[in-house]
Amino acid sequence: MNPGTLKQILLITDGCSNHGEDPSAMAAFAREQGITVNVIGVMEQDVIDQKGMQEIQSIAQTGGGVSQVVYTSQLSQTVQMVTRKAMTQTIQGVVNKELQQILGRSKTMDDLPPEKRGEVVEVVEELGETAGLEVLVLVDTSASMTHKLPTVKEALLDLSLSLNARIGENKFSVFVFPGKKSDVEKLLDWTPNLEALTKVFSKLSTGGMTPTGPALREALSYFKKKRSLRSLLSNDDEQFFEESV
Amino acid sequence: MMMNNSLRNQCKARPGTVIKGKWYKNEYKVIKELGFGANGIVYLAECQGREVALKVSDNSMSISSEMNILKSFTKVQGSALGPSLLSVDDWVNQGVTLPFYVMEYIKGESYLDFLKYKGTSWAIVLILQLLKNLSLLHQSGWVFGDLKPENLIISSPSCQVRCVDVGGTTLVGRSIKEFTEFFDRGYWGLGSRKAEPSYDLFAVAMIFLNSYYPNRFTKKSEGYSQLSQAIKGKKELKMYEPVLEKALLGKYSTADEMRKELMAAANLNMDSSRQKQAPSRTSYQTPTRKRKKGKTKGGLLESMLLVVLISIVYMVYIYTKLL
Ligand SMILES: Nc1ncnc2c1ncn2[C@@H]1O[C@H](COP(=O)(O)OP(=O)(O)OP(=O)(O)O)[C@@H](O)[C@H]1O
Repeated sequence: MNPGTLKQILLITDGCSNHGEDPSAMAAFAREQGITVNVIGVMEQDVIDQKGMQEIQSIAQTGGGVSQVVYTSQLSQTVQMVTRKAMTQTIQGVVNKELQQILGRSKTMDDLPPEKRGEVVEVVEELGETAGLEVLVLVDTSASMTHKLPTVKEALLDLSLSLNARIGENKFSVFVFPGKKSDVEKLLDWTPNLEALTKVFSKLSTGGMTPTGPALREALSYFKKKRSLRSLLSNDDEQFFEESV
Repeated sequence: MMMNNSLRNQCKARPGTVIKGKWYKNEYKVIKELGFGANGIVYLAECQGREVALKVSDNSMSISSEMNILKSFTKVQGSALGPSLLSVDDWVNQGVTLPFYVMEYIKGESYLDFLKYKGTSWAIVLILQLLKNLSLLHQSGWVFGDLKPENLIISSPSCQVRCVDVGGTTLVGRSIKEFTEFFDRGYWGLGSRKAEPSYDLFAVAMIFLNSYYPNRFTKKSEGYSQLSQAIKGKKELKMYEPVLEKALLGKYSTADEMRKELMAAANLNMDSSRQKQAPSRTSYQTPTRKRKKGKTKGGLLESMLLVVLISIVYMVYIYTKLL
């Protein structure tokens, strides 16, 4: 099985969007293109309101990803866990598809006897370890996030430490919203590790609206741009996951 | 990370509940809950008159993965790597199918509780035992990963360290998928999260620190200096400083290497504490009850001989226990 490349958007936010299109719709749109959207809600002592909570869950659900609301202090562990969980989920989706072709409709891994399941899991784990991974990180920098940003930075460095221990290749890019001039601003172009983040993050200014939907839309187009460029160069063998999800 | 509430409710089984396997039809009567974590709940249960531990989860990925690991352990000779795997099955509870596996029940105290009851002088012995277990584990191609006191049970009555919760166990060369910050070298900025023996050995050193800092502590600065201060801050740790330092800095490539040097340091420490005791017994300045008995020269010689003999027997005993 060709592991191909897994594509994820990781949205880190602390509340409700208040500008532009519905973020859940954008997440669903991303999913249609084989890009998983994961959402992490960060809270301080303050509790995220019901509406914010719902939005976070809804974005991840429609985006085919994983969501988790955490206190700032648990961010590092959560970021890596959510990313890994989403990877496994995607791969499991692919493997289940293959199983259905072999076993017939509506059969999934859980219908197999426990021993056989073990063999499937081995394949899933192997793929998770070796697959290429692209994570576009989208960080909410509206005013209320200001004092959480140092922890966000730590968590992202920690994420790159975790994922770079894998055998497969990783690429990360980082965007913030709202940007200085537009809804979203690129901080870091595709790079295998996030070390460079340390410098750019300290210069960040915060404030303004929370245009989560437009930010997601922009992020998506960034994946696309890169892909069309790449597919010109190589015969795109990266469609594997996208088709099967 | 706590698992979410719905999972906890789904997997909840009161004492007396009978869990019946869907595939193999075995029946397990729940006696009590042993513990829970991110991946499920572990119960003590009874099956055909035998006590077993049973782990239920709503995540068949993690259950199957742990099953694979435990299964591969049973292929290792004379293995005490993890609890031995007895069965794997599904439990249909109110229409919901929950995967579970059954394993050997390891009766005993968890590491920190054990030290609390028996005293921290046990720490060095347990660490030496742990290193022996890890050596075998590494040689069979695995790294434990999420090594921490909560995952160590000291079995009674033999007082042997056993590792439970193989959820973080990873093939050498892959990436560590589960870890706990205090015991993770990546968190302290002291290395990668690649699964290699030195990853576990870092955690072993931190378990040793945790023995004397039961409340743990959080990172103030990146790198070695804070940990070094912590070692210097307790005389029981300072005795082992060179070994701990090497482990924290990833300078041991095998558990055996670390164990050998730790053992040497331990022997040195016991020698010196014995020497410290010996003179006080023979000195005339501070009379003790023991000395009063042996007032004559012969009696003194006799008791000195006895002390030497007992320490030799003790050393031999320790050696045979540990090797
Ligand atoms: N075989 C066993 N015998 C006795 N006790 C056990 C056994 N297995 C697990 N336990 C107890 O149950 C607790 C929880 O089990 P375990 O750590 O496997 O769950 P988990 O969901 O994987 O937790 P974690 O979040 O730490 O990964 C353990 O800390 C241990 O005290």
